[in-house]
Amino acid sequence: MMSRTTKGDKKASQVVLNLEKVGVVFPGNLGSGDVTALKNVNLAMRDREFIVALGASGCGKTTLLNVMAGFIKPTAGRIRIKGKEVDGPSKDRGVVFEDVWGPGKDRGVVFQKHALLPWLNVLQNTAFGLKLQGVGERERLKISRDNLDLVGLKDFEQHPVFQLSGGMQQRVGLARALTSNPDILLMDEPLGALDAFTRETMQELILNVWHKTHKAVFFITHSVEEALFMATRLIVMSPRPGRITHEYELTFWKDFLDRGDARKIKSRADFIKMRETVLSIIHGEEEPEL
Amino acid sequence: MNTRQKPATNFLRNLQIWWFAFLGKRIRSGDKKAAVIDSYGAPGRGKSGLISVITVSIILLLWWLSTQQEWVPPLFLPSPYIVWQKFLLISCAPTYWQEFQNFLGLTSSTPTECIGFNDATLWQHTIASLKRVFTAFVIAVIFGVPIGISMGMSRIPRGVFDPPIEFYRPIPPLAYLPLTIIWFGIGDLAKVILIFLACFAPLALNARAGVRSVSIEQIHAAYSMGASPTQVIWHVVLKGALPEILTGMRVAIAFGWTTLVAAEMVAAKAGIGVMVLNAARYLATDIVFLGIIVIGLIAYSFDLVMRWVERTFVPWKGKAA
Repeated sequence: MMSRTTKGDKKASQVVLNLEKVGVVFPGNLGSGDVTALKNVNLAMRDREFIVALGASGCGKTTLLNVMAGFIKPTAGRIRIKGKEVDGPSKDRGVVFEDVWGPGKDRGVVFQKHALLPWLNVLQNTAFGLKLQGVGERERLKISRDNLDLVGLKDFEQHPVFQLSGGMQQRVGLARALTSNPDILLMDEPLGALDAFTRETMQELILNVWHKTHKAVFFITHSVEEALFMATRLIVMSPRPGRITHEYELTFWKDFLDRGDARKIKSRADFIKMRETVLSIIHGEEEPEL
Repeated sequence: MNTRQKPATNFLRNLQIWWFAFLGKRIRSGDKKAAVIDSYGAPGRGKSGLISVITVSIILLLWWLSTQQEWVPPLFLPSPYIVWQKFLLISCAPTYWQEFQNFLGLTSSTPTECIGFNDATLWQHTIASLKRVFTAFVIAVIFGVPIGISMGMSRIPRGVFDPPIEFYRPIPPLAYLPLTIIWFGIGDLAKVILIFLACFAPLALNARAGVRSVSIEQIHAAYSMGASPTQVIWHVVLKGALPEILTGMRVAIAFGWTTLVAAEMVAAKAGIGVMVLNAARYLATDIVFLGIIVIGLIAYSFDLVMRWVERTFVPWKGKAA
């Protein structure tokens, strides 16, 4: 393995994404009142930052990601990418979803979430964005293969995506998002459907890819351990109305990139202490009547 | 590889492999087998092919036995042998065979005269009906699928087409048969329109459902990779709707055959439907049986072809959502 350096992290970092007093209210229907999904969210995302959003269900994490991606127009406040007002989705923000095309192993359990295109193989899925942008075949295949190599799927480029394991599908999703060379990667619980072992491998893979590609990442998770391990900045969100309640700058990722051995970091005393602090915040703010 | 495979199976297999190569996929022999291991308690697990063969054999056996033992008078239930005899008679198969042998120069006998039934051979009846059903079906696909897709894509076509389709869909074709005759005459046009209407609704509604089945994540992902709305429709929505569109085609063609007899009730010269109706008028139950069997076999083989098409061209169907 190459020795990883974290030099250059001290470089003056530029704000790539800026949320100012963003609020989202979904209109209620028939008797139920309006739902305030997000209220007064301020967030400045800097270059190369890995922001992880953590919180219980219904705290507006996914709404926040959808606002950043341009899928939802905020009802209050403004959102800018590199100073430019956001108007709908664009290829400067790549999105990775939770992808669960199972090879029949979970029959009976219906998963609705899938973002890969099952009629295309791994390579074609990865090259899909470039093809739509009109990039020539030779170039788009080269870029796609480079990205598949980056996520360790070099030997699987001809496979149908619906026959891949969950972890591999997430890798295709990641490679596909990277292929359009976005400034920001938005990841909506990409590891939610994976088993614990695959999940840890994928955490390390994503950190390594992030470090190599210098993207700014916004990452949503339910797992406190995952959040602490990966984040350069952790934001803890709270429901009703969805808002950011706590922010932490973290360095566990740096220890991993410098020395490897994720398990050791996750069992360290300071890690566990941090984990319990965050857990008590989340539990303490859960309203008992729900 | 099994070297004793029939050439036909090999051909289909090759077609499938070409298609997968075309898609950039590769079938490895283990893949398909790995995907069919069913878990405990999965509804409908296991194979049913052999059971179907046994069922069909028992039905045929019971049919033969009940006529053999004369449990039922032959007028109500003709024996399989009589139906087979009728088949040979009105299909003119022996005559065709003689002509074929003459053509090859093997024999030089004068073929026995054969007129079939109702001035047409079984073959001519079948072709007449096939023409009607498939003309109507193809026109229904040409109109129904795009209309269904537009209904799924946009609220204006949905608002426009939803009331008429949902209104006429449950009405039995026999109820509006008189209208089609008054409006379009007693020629083939009225018959094709009647079958067209039967095929149209399931095609449009399934195409619409297909568009709806495309996950919002797939669409969002495409937009985030710089796709334009037109590109999303072409490269994501249409292909994502394909499995449901194929299901719609299966349902539609079955509806088409269901409507055939009604369509041929008035002033049809040839057709399986009119053959059955005329035979019923003379209490020729054997020909009624023959007609039913022919319609059933054609419809069933088309369904088998469509199932194969689904397995081959949309292999991801049923693998998610």
